[in-house]
Amino acid sequence: MLLRHTPKEITERKALTVNPAKTCQPIGAMYASLGIHGCLPHSHGSQGCYAYHRSALTRHYKEPVMAASSSFTEGASVFGGQANLLQAIDNIFTVYEPDIIAIHTTCLSETIGDDITQILGKARAEGRVPEGKYAFHANTPSYVGSHVTGFANMTKAMVDCFATSNGHKSKRINLIPGWVEPSDMKEIKRIAGELGVDTIVFPDTENVLNGPQTGKFSMYPKGGVTIDELKDTGNSRGTIAMGRLASGPAALALDASCKVPCQILDLPIGLQATDRFVDALRKMAGVTVPDSLNLERGKMLDIITDMQAYFYHKKVALVGDPDQLEALTEFLVAINMMPIHVLTGTKDKAFEKRIKELTADLPHKVNVKSGGDMMLFHQWVKNDPVDLLIGNTYVKYIARDEDIPFIRHGFPILDRIGHSYFPTVGYQGGIRLLEKILEALMDRQDRDSSEIEFELVM
Amino acid sequence: MRKIAIYGKGGIGKSTTTQNTVAGLVEMGKKIMVVGCDPKADSTRLLLGGLNQHTVLDTLREEGEDVELEDVRLTGFGGVLCTESGGPEPGVGCAGRGIITSINLLEQLGAYADSEELDYVFYDVLGDVVCGGFAMPMREGKATEIYIVVSGEMMAMYAANNICKGIVKFAEAGGVRLGGLICNSRQVDNERAMIEALAEKLGTQMLHFVPRDNMVQRAEIDRKTVIEYDPAHGQADEYRALAKKMDSNEMRIIPKPLEMEELEKLLIDYGIAS
Repeated sequence: MLLRHTPKEITERKALTVNPAKTCQPIGAMYASLGIHGCLPHSHGSQGCYAYHRSALTRHYKEPVMAASSSFTEGASVFGGQANLLQAIDNIFTVYEPDIIAIHTTCLSETIGDDITQILGKARAEGRVPEGKYAFHANTPSYVGSHVTGFANMTKAMVDCFATSNGHKSKRINLIPGWVEPSDMKEIKRIAGELGVDTIVFPDTENVLNGPQTGKFSMYPKGGVTIDELKDTGNSRGTIAMGRLASGPAALALDASCKVPCQILDLPIGLQATDRFVDALRKMAGVTVPDSLNLERGKMLDIITDMQAYFYHKKVALVGDPDQLEALTEFLVAINMMPIHVLTGTKDKAFEKRIKELTADLPHKVNVKSGGDMMLFHQWVKNDPVDLLIGNTYVKYIARDEDIPFIRHGFPILDRIGHSYFPTVGYQGGIRLLEKILEALMDRQDRDSSEIEFELVM
Repeated sequence: MRKIAIYGKGGIGKSTTTQNTVAGLVEMGKKIMVVGCDPKADSTRLLLGGLNQHTVLDTLREEGEDVELEDVRLTGFGGVLCTESGGPEPGVGCAGRGIITSINLLEQLGAYADSEELDYVFYDVLGDVVCGGFAMPMREGKATEIYIVVSGEMMAMYAANNICKGIVKFAEAGGVRLGGLICNSRQVDNERAMIEALAEKLGTQMLHFVPRDNMVQRAEIDRKTVIEYDPAHGQADEYRALAKKMDSNEMRIIPKPLEMEELEKLLIDYGIAS
């Protein structure tokens, strides 16, 4: 009972977070930066920040995460970080030779008020950024928002810094996949490919954070959106942003600066959200949906109907990031499960409203909270037990204490592999999610059934 | 060792008053260290005969953390030990953090050690208490006595009242107390009576009324305190009197800051309106 001190009784807390259900902005910014080809993320702060961010990403993706730091000392925090950043830019372009440096700030550099726009202007004026190379930045103070905000800020910064319009719209469509796994980004590109749509996907971490073992270390793996593609996003005929929080700001910025119309959709997790994504892509590009996709969809639908008895009215508690949870909740309701506890650590009022709408017809009371923590989530589960838990690795403590089946989804997953290689978006991803849910529920049924109830065929 | 911090509105004459008072205390044979807590690093100019002090933070920046006390401490008029914390240029970095760093470093280096046999440490802090850094001298018993330099101008009194709010906050947790107000006259009507009334409302005293005299400016241009520049002048005696009062002062209180309406009423009752 590792969480035995969690009281069942819920008391109102105003000041304290116990076991947060989120992490800090720069982790999201660093992850987004890695989705640019030839990019070295740079953390403008002290070394502890960037060491933590790198290790958090490495533990999730099981890949080396390269990044640089301004290495603030006491002196830098008093005198400002300009000298450190200028020196860092020199060193990075001399020693590590990236095409681009994506700088994100930290709590410390934000608090002392370092003006990165001014510092970068000075670096360019002094010729520290070589011809054909780039440096840009996003502000990511961790006392605002969460890792999702950091991801969104960095993705928007890519638009602000690179997207330009030459006045001629191309046939391409921008896809902003949101904070999903490299495998999910690959699946989104595959679906667009099935539809025959030419796309620019950014950020794109496929083959960056799920790369092969080749025996050779590559500082800049072959995946990632290129700078030319980022510039060209301003000429696309439209943008589909997946995830209101993670991708919305970038899509709106692109609309505002380059008049690229956008649609902001849910992450394509589950049947309906994937349908909406495919449909939006179809309409925007003026293509028809090929049989191959209809076939995948039919297979997913078949599993849902075949296994309906196992899904029906099973109670689920889920914790994670708003974009994921909104799509997941809709999916669970659609397959007749009951998502009764839905909690995110990221503060977002629209999230609570959306979840309430999605679960309005459930024959059960639903708890929903944005800006909550794992302790509250655990207390909900204690008071109204569930059949299944969905969340990141930290949920395993609750699953163990309460003896509830658990599937891992979201960030971070520190103790299993698979998320980097098998998607949960699209129809194929939906099939994988269904399999995982069934596996967890049916393993439990096998474990707990009496000798008489024990079934060979399920 | 008495640990004194001087606060007050920007430009009110904190540094000038502090250094002239210190000169008076030196004449009385006291051993004193002045710690300038202003990024401009001009708190010891009159004692050292110019701005030739290498600040603690400059030294830290240029020479790394291997700093010695001799690098950052100079001896000025009458053997006064002078240090300046220094800080960033305007508009960048964090001056508040600078003061915290600098005072911590001075402590580590043993500037306050018993072996130094100091009678007084003076902290000369800039302007208002805008963030944690500028409250550093009040924290953790670093300074135990605060004197606020004030004049009869409304904003100076307003600032003094705000500083009292800061003192209350730290007094509850630590040992810091208000020793009194020092009126650095601006020749406002009814100034003496008004500051005495303000002091009374705050629960403290007006330690001394320093009249306005151009001799202070003349000495300042010559990079000297009045006591050094013209020991026989009447203004030198004023600072001697202030030094003497400070040396014998035993009043230490937690102030009772005024509400804005009370402060305005005070100005109306005693000020130009009357």
